[in-house]
Amino acid sequence: MNKNFKMQCCETIRNEIPQIMEISEVVSEGKGQKSFFFKHRISCKPGQFIMVWLPAIDEKPMAISYNNKKGFAFTFQVIGEFTRALDALKKNDKIGIRGPYGNSFSIKENACVVAGGVGMASVSTLIDALKNPWIINGARSKEHLIYAKRYKSKNVLFATDDGSYGKKGFTTEILEEVLSKNKKIRIVCTCGPEIMMKKVLEICNRFKIECEASLERFMACGFGVCGKCMINDKIVCIDGPVFNSKQLNEMTEFGKFARLKSGKKVSLGEYHSAHS
Amino acid sequence: MLQTNLCGINLRNPTILASGILGVTKESIDRIGKNGAGAVTLKSLCHEERLGNKNPTMFGYGNIFLNAVGLPGQGIDNALKDFKTLDDLSVPVIGSIYGYKIEQFGEVAKKMSRLKPAMIEVDISCPHMDYGKPYYADAALTAEITGVVKKNSGNIPVSVKLSPNVYDIKEIAHAAERAGADAITAINTAVGMVIDINVRKPVLANKIGGISGPALKPIAVRCVYEIYEDVKIPIIGTGGVTYGKDAIEMIMAGATAVGIGTGIYYRGINVFKKICDEMLIWMKKNKIRSLEDIRGCAHE
Repeated sequence: MNKNFKMQCCETIRNEIPQIMEISEVVSEGKGQKSFFFKHRISCKPGQFIMVWLPAIDEKPMAISYNNKKGFAFTFQVIGEFTRALDALKKNDKIGIRGPYGNSFSIKENACVVAGGVGMASVSTLIDALKNPWIINGARSKEHLIYAKRYKSKNVLFATDDGSYGKKGFTTEILEEVLSKNKKIRIVCTCGPEIMMKKVLEICNRFKIECEASLERFMACGFGVCGKCMINDKIVCIDGPVFNSKQLNEMTEFGKFARLKSGKKVSLGEYHSAHS
Repeated sequence: MLQTNLCGINLRNPTILASGILGVTKESIDRIGKNGAGAVTLKSLCHEERLGNKNPTMFGYGNIFLNAVGLPGQGIDNALKDFKTLDDLSVPVIGSIYGYKIEQFGEVAKKMSRLKPAMIEVDISCPHMDYGKPYYADAALTAEITGVVKKNSGNIPVSVKLSPNVYDIKEIAHAAERAGADAITAINTAVGMVIDINVRKPVLANKIGGISGPALKPIAVRCVYEIYEDVKIPIIGTGGVTYGKDAIEMIMAGATAVGIGTGIYYRGINVFKKICDEMLIWMKKNKIRSLEDIRGCAHE
């Protein structure tokens, strides 16, 4: 790995020009969902993200979804112009990567991990770092469920909106059952649709269990300068993307509002339709 | 020791968040105030909502920082609803404005005045706007815009932000002063480009960007020095200020206050407090009691 890759600690010399890397493997994870693997070592903590650059197209944040001695990967779902362009890439194609950025999930045992859709990518390296966590993996349907076979833990539960795999219904319903039956659980870590995470937080509040959620907002820089990813007074790219119960409970915008690329504050629904 | 009077505004220290960094929301500028800034400048707003350029819009590279964000902003009308007022924060707020046509500068200034900022800054110098004619490079147009903004800003002091990408910055500053500007903000970014030799393309989506960070500082100090010789109104010296010694240097060139933007990238949000602490240490060591004692001293 190029030594410049890791953000340098020295205050005035920082290099954050994207490093050009070759895609070593493309894995289909589900419908419109793929992982790109890179044979580069990256020093990162669970929940951190990278900025992925497609020259002349755009640059977007992506969670690191696999990380080991052989290299790392990120997993995306096709939703807009950028991810459609990603989808067209093949093994040996080159893209730019910079990072990792952001804070990380706490690694605490007796954890329950709740993920919705491609949000599973943000918690996957956390699951790798935990011994035997409860995992609640939900998606619209079986074909949208990622990493269904990735974890051998016996505590993996699935939920699909249409009942095509696992339980028919929401991850939050399973979470309530799991928390009711397992008093040992100390922390719930979550990533997925914000409405789901808001519900997860409410459940954790009710059960008096710590919650950590990884949030998504439009980003330009990834290092706390552009001010686009603000949620209340928090800068998602450097204060987050992972926030704890106390921070989440104080955020009046969590689960309700987000800012468009222009900085205009809109409802989450309008934000998502503007971005797809 | 650091207290500064800028056009009648009392600043607890001379550090000002420069426009374009983090100043998108009211909560973020309040947070910058809590991290020690003497005043904060909003990200520039115009008469309409703008999405800005595609990413990459900014990156750091050694001692330079390159950006071409393309003036994204929610527009002054959305900002009126979002901010309601700007005089209820713990720190004075400078509202940065611009337009495409000259009369739009006036229209936006008028609306910005309703938010009661401590000062209005006129961004005539963003290097990425296609104005047809670059306002910042023409003394007569600079004067005309300054006049229009002054007419629409009531009693709020107005600072005109200048570009280093001109033949003679003194002439432009002088034109702004004659047209009624209360202060000069100098400087905006210098124009540059970085090409990735692996993909053989410019890294910025906009190709060309504005250089800031420590590499900009000598250009900024030179501009402030030249302007100080030619105008009487105060100067907000902006460009590459990262450490306390940089702020001192800018004040010696003639600046009344110092703008800090990219410094946040290098040293974090509390860069304001760090710079103030470093200035105080230097002042004590050199037995300087007030910044007035060194302001413009490089000219003597």
